[in-house]
Amino acid sequence: MPKIKLPTKSPHIDMTPMVDLFSLLLTFFMLTTSFRPQEAAQIDSPNSISEKQAPDKNIITVDITKDSKIFFDMNRNGKTFDRTGKEVADTAAHYRKQLLQKMSEHYKVTFSPKELDKFDKGAGFGMPFKDIKKWLNSSDPKEKEALQTGIPTDTTDNQLALWIRFARLSNPNAEVVIKGDGNADYKTVKKIIDVMQDNKVNKFNLITNLQKQEAKLDE
Amino acid sequence: MAEIIQEEKHEGGKRKPKKHSTHIDMTPMVDLMCLLITFFMLTTAFSKPKIMEITMPEKVDNPNKENQTKVQDWRTYSILLSGDDKVYYYKGLADPKKPPLPLLIKTDYSKDGIRKFLLQKNKTVFKEVEALKNKVIKGELVMADSTLNRKIKEIKKSDKGSPIILIKADEKAKYKNIVDIIDEMAICNIAGYAVVDISPVELDMLKTAPK
Repeated sequence: MPKIKLPTKSPHIDMTPMVDLFSLLLTFFMLTTSFRPQEAAQIDSPNSISEKQAPDKNIITVDITKDSKIFFDMNRNGKTFDRTGKEVADTAAHYRKQLLQKMSEHYKVTFSPKELDKFDKGAGFGMPFKDIKKWLNSSDPKEKEALQTGIPTDTTDNQLALWIRFARLSNPNAEVVIKGDGNADYKTVKKIIDVMQDNKVNKFNLITNLQKQEAKLDE
Repeated sequence: MAEIIQEEKHEGGKRKPKKHSTHIDMTPMVDLMCLLITFFMLTTAFSKPKIMEITMPEKVDNPNKENQTKVQDWRTYSILLSGDDKVYYYKGLADPKKPPLPLLIKTDYSKDGIRKFLLQKNKTVFKEVEALKNKVIKGELVMADSTLNRKIKEIKKSDKGSPIILIKADEKAKYKNIVDIIDEMAICNIAGYAVVDISPVELDMLKTAPK
């Protein structure tokens, strides 16, 4: 009985086109990427027709979550990564460090240089001042998140006002950006705006999502 | 050495150069690339967040009558925002010393609600701005965006009959509501608007407003 010989196919597939495509995509993503900033809390911004780009340098950010918790964030430098001329002085400013130093003087709490450095490199935060130290020294992300209970704004203990005042003193040129969740109470937003106005900020940037709208005048 | 000799014997004494396959195993490379692409795709932030600028009226430390900005009653409209997405508006000023109080009219955030009302009141400015924008889009006029914005601002400023809108929100209003209303101002090309505090009279008016 003659044996039927099946043609043996090589199990190798030519992956060259795939690799080509992949390298192309990879290059594209590597070059265009701008990393999403670390967010202290999930915030769903409301929609608007504004097409203005948000500034990403030299800003003070106040976040308002859905349940009206308040978070605070500030850029540590006006401009980073620049090693010539004026910018160096700006980079050396370390606004966040200055901010924490001013706060620590006010509350008579001392921070070690290591803690100051950590704060300088850190992201947005939202907790009473007494928990800041714990937050800085904690390495467990879950514990860190549990500490984020929002900055108190009661009339007796208005810590947000202090943060804003010292932030303004550290960097008077910083723009104020308010990033609120659509379902946050206006009361909270109003409180923040009031505090800002007490510190001579009258211009605000509200973060929104772009959504086109048409308007027609019917006769 | 022994192996080579053996092989040579098998092949019948002919010396053949060993053939190397031109294929390289690319699997690890592909794996790595997949991983990197996934990483970059997930961490990248394509659309930068947009902002809406708002300038609040400056706070006056001791509100004297002379210090305050006077607004003309006949072109003033107040929009009151309350909880559950309720919007009301009224014409003129609500002064308890000068009864009767203006009537609250209920509306909503839809296209036929507040926007229709605002467009009606801001007809002339809206038409002018739209005409200018259309000309630029069609190419009849060529100008930079900054020039266009300046021209629009001029149109808004020159009109003396356009409405002045006072936006007032009570404690139950949501942040979304206020953003929506400021957005409507931008959509309807309204120049004069301000976010101000709600007065006790207006709070009372809201209480008795139609549900």
